[in-house]
Amino acid sequence: MATKFINITLKIWRQKNKESKGALETYPLNNVSTDSSFLEMLDQLNEQLIQEQKAPVAFDHDCREGICGMCSLYINGRAHGPDTGTTTCQLHMRKFNDGETIYVEPWRSKAFPIVKDLVVDRSAFDRIQQAGGFVSINTSGKTMDANAIPIPKEKADSAFEAAACIGCGACVAACKNSSAMLFVGAKVSQYALLPQGRVEAKERVLNMVRQMDEEGFGNCTNTGACEVECPKGISIENIARMNREFLFAAAKSEK
Amino acid sequence: MSKLEAKIPEGPLADKWTLHKNHMKLVAPNNRPKIDVIVVGTGLAGASAAASLGEMGYNVKAFCFQDSPRRAHSIAAQGGINAAKNYQNDGDSIYRLFYDTIKGGDYRAREANVYRLAEVSGNIIDQCVAQGVPFAREYGGLLDNRSFGGTQVQRTFYAAGQTGQQLLLGAYSALSRQIGLGRVAMYHRHEMMDLVLIDGKARGIIARNLVTGELERHSAHAVVIASGGYGNVYFLSTNAMGSNVSAAWKIHKRGAYFANPCFVQIHPTCIPVHGVNQSKLTLMSESLRNSGRIWVPAKKEDAEAIREGRLKPTQIAEEDRDYFLERRYPAFGNLVPRDVASRAAKERCDAGFGIEANDTNEGVYLDFSSEIRNKGKQAAYASGDHNPSEETIIALGKKWIEEKYGNLFQMYQKITDENPYETPMKIYPAVHYTMGGVWVDYNLQSTIPGCFVTGEANFSDHGANRLGASALMQGLADGYFVLPYTLSNYLADDIRTGKISTDAPEFEAAERETRDKIEFFMAKEGTRSVDYFHKKLGLIMWNKVGMGRNESGLREAIQEIAALREEFYHDVRVPGEANELNPELEKALRVADFLELGQLMAVDALNRKESCGGHFREEYQDSEGETLRDDERFKMVAAWEYTGADSSKAILHEEKLDYEFIKIAARNYK
Repeated sequence: MATKFINITLKIWRQKNKESKGALETYPLNNVSTDSSFLEMLDQLNEQLIQEQKAPVAFDHDCREGICGMCSLYINGRAHGPDTGTTTCQLHMRKFNDGETIYVEPWRSKAFPIVKDLVVDRSAFDRIQQAGGFVSINTSGKTMDANAIPIPKEKADSAFEAAACIGCGACVAACKNSSAMLFVGAKVSQYALLPQGRVEAKERVLNMVRQMDEEGFGNCTNTGACEVECPKGISIENIARMNREFLFAAAKSEK
Repeated sequence: MSKLEAKIPEGPLADKWTLHKNHMKLVAPNNRPKIDVIVVGTGLAGASAAASLGEMGYNVKAFCFQDSPRRAHSIAAQGGINAAKNYQNDGDSIYRLFYDTIKGGDYRAREANVYRLAEVSGNIIDQCVAQGVPFAREYGGLLDNRSFGGTQVQRTFYAAGQTGQQLLLGAYSALSRQIGLGRVAMYHRHEMMDLVLIDGKARGIIARNLVTGELERHSAHAVVIASGGYGNVYFLSTNAMGSNVSAAWKIHKRGAYFANPCFVQIHPTCIPVHGVNQSKLTLMSESLRNSGRIWVPAKKEDAEAIREGRLKPTQIAEEDRDYFLERRYPAFGNLVPRDVASRAAKERCDAGFGIEANDTNEGVYLDFSSEIRNKGKQAAYASGDHNPSEETIIALGKKWIEEKYGNLFQMYQKITDENPYETPMKIYPAVHYTMGGVWVDYNLQSTIPGCFVTGEANFSDHGANRLGASALMQGLADGYFVLPYTLSNYLADDIRTGKISTDAPEFEAAERETRDKIEFFMAKEGTRSVDYFHKKLGLIMWNKVGMGRNESGLREAIQEIAALREEFYHDVRVPGEANELNPELEKALRVADFLELGQLMAVDALNRKESCGGHFREEYQDSEGETLRDDERFKMVAAWEYTGADSSKAILHEEKLDYEFIKIAARNYK
């Protein structure tokens, strides 16, 4: 794992705010360590821009260990860049070549309006969650003992795999329809698979899907791009499960 | 003059909390909607508090600087959460969890607080399971447990290496439900800029809308600070980039005492530093020490050969390896508490046995090969193969490891480009958690009436060293099960107060101060970026207020930080505008506070002339290099009162710690 230093050219989307028009700007950047993460490379660029008395690039990031879901870059035409199973913060510059030109854009979706430069507004996801992504119990702690209901390991593991979603929005960005069905499907599945969530499974799926539609996300046409780009490997089986849950709930509620 | 009344209830230890709850004042359901509460921060402590208070019927406003409450840094906690359920029937109890926590904290935490924490720990697990948190389970369908450092039982509940994520998403779901019901108003991409006091009581905050830059006034009858720890004062830490001390520091400036700031946890197992542009350090969960063995070469020449790339760790014979934790602490082995493990690694590296090929040679191995072999053999037997081949054993063992720690191994490989299934991980200690924080009484109230502090932001439960899997426990205990009672007790006097007006002169003044500060930074035509100063501060802190501290180093740090602070205000450059999304401005405002806090940490460390937990004063150690406490003089909480930006002038108040129920002794993990 020898450290190398590379020179790159960046083409980055700059946009002052939601209202203004944006454009790709070109920035050469030299002496980038291949051990740096992609965001550390952007830190280096911003340091250079500040020294040149130019405006640094705004981008979302926080934990830098692939779990908070805040980073959200479209790199060389792919959500979170060329590596699979990774967030932008865990993408490293060793995946790029000396002399390479790298395109960096924000998530592109009507439901994710641009705030500034590479920063988008993903509050639509929060509103979907607020519509039904919970179990309606209070937080008194006076529930039954945690081991009162055994849950088959397989089911618990599948629920966990669905719950591993970090809400980054790569699925939406990667989808040609800007569909949020992987995100919603994962949440619906987590609860549908657990006895604690089954109780209100019907209302949940109806409410979450309604909110998803209101937010302006597109439909799923089974391309599977979301699954490929999902940094946490959430399976599109979760979309299928949501569709089953939805059909079942919709049919029942029409009676 | 001292306001340090811990307000610990009377009665036997096990009954204190129950008796206290029985006698606290209540607010009737019809009165709760007349009362406003602000919660700053939406991690485990903040989200659980906001959800619970909203559910009770109070008007809650919750604030976070991230784009969604789900992204608070609790999300990154990996290993697990402790609870005294004794599901494994291995001798656990509330008393034992309490005892382990007090001992783990090196006898510098309050008995009553810690007992309450252990007491409600079981409810947390019940609550989370009911919320649909998918904890790991055994084949029988019941919950699985593992061990963490400083304990001899299995009481840690987990969800792979993503326990914090699952717990936070649980709390976030409860919070989302209240937002959807209109009981909590959520202000994301908002940062608290100041606390507003009226007649000596916390009555609101000034917040900055990070997208528009607008300053907003929000009033309330009480303010809860759940803004996390201050590890980022070191620049490099396992904290998220945005984690900061500012909310806690702002209330400190308004009169809340700051307790034990020098108590910082340096976590033993993190990925070593690789270069100058590095922005953060990544933790490898303590749970890995269930399966990994920590070692360095026993011979200096082997360590040198490894650093120069002439030897690989897998080529070092078993007898030439020094499993130094197993050697020094046979009773707990690789599962000694974090402070002990970190110091032992530093001791080996300082002695020249470090294996990392960076400037400092700082790194040791965390090796999974024994566990892969053991678990592989077990798995083969379980499947009926009583004569498994070497390949079968290794393949099954790796599969077992993947199931337990898959995401951690993947994360390690992404960052280092090395495969930890084949070669041992390289690790080294890094700043991880801060036990110190805002001083609070038993009710979690600071020295400012109406200003409560929960989770990592307060100082209360972990003494001088926090045990693994206890931070998640504390965050949720505070928010779900403690604050709803103690805050109601306080608010009961406010049912006739009515809405607090944001036109009050105190709001006006606080907003103007914030505006002046922002305008100062925007007008400053300096030459250096904020990060330049933050990195410099971090180096001073790491070298002089880090794992090993001594009098002359601390005195130097106090001077150097003062000089750096001056340079910062003289030469910092903040580009852009105040009325837009401006991450550089956000950083400048936070680093300004770190530059005061860092100095106070050095002052506190200088004052505490003993070694305890994570605070290691080189002058105070025994012949074997273990910490030497001075219970006579320092069995106390050091709570500092703010007097100005120069923290060397802060005023010390002491809260004596009494140990009524535990016999205080030297910590022994041997």
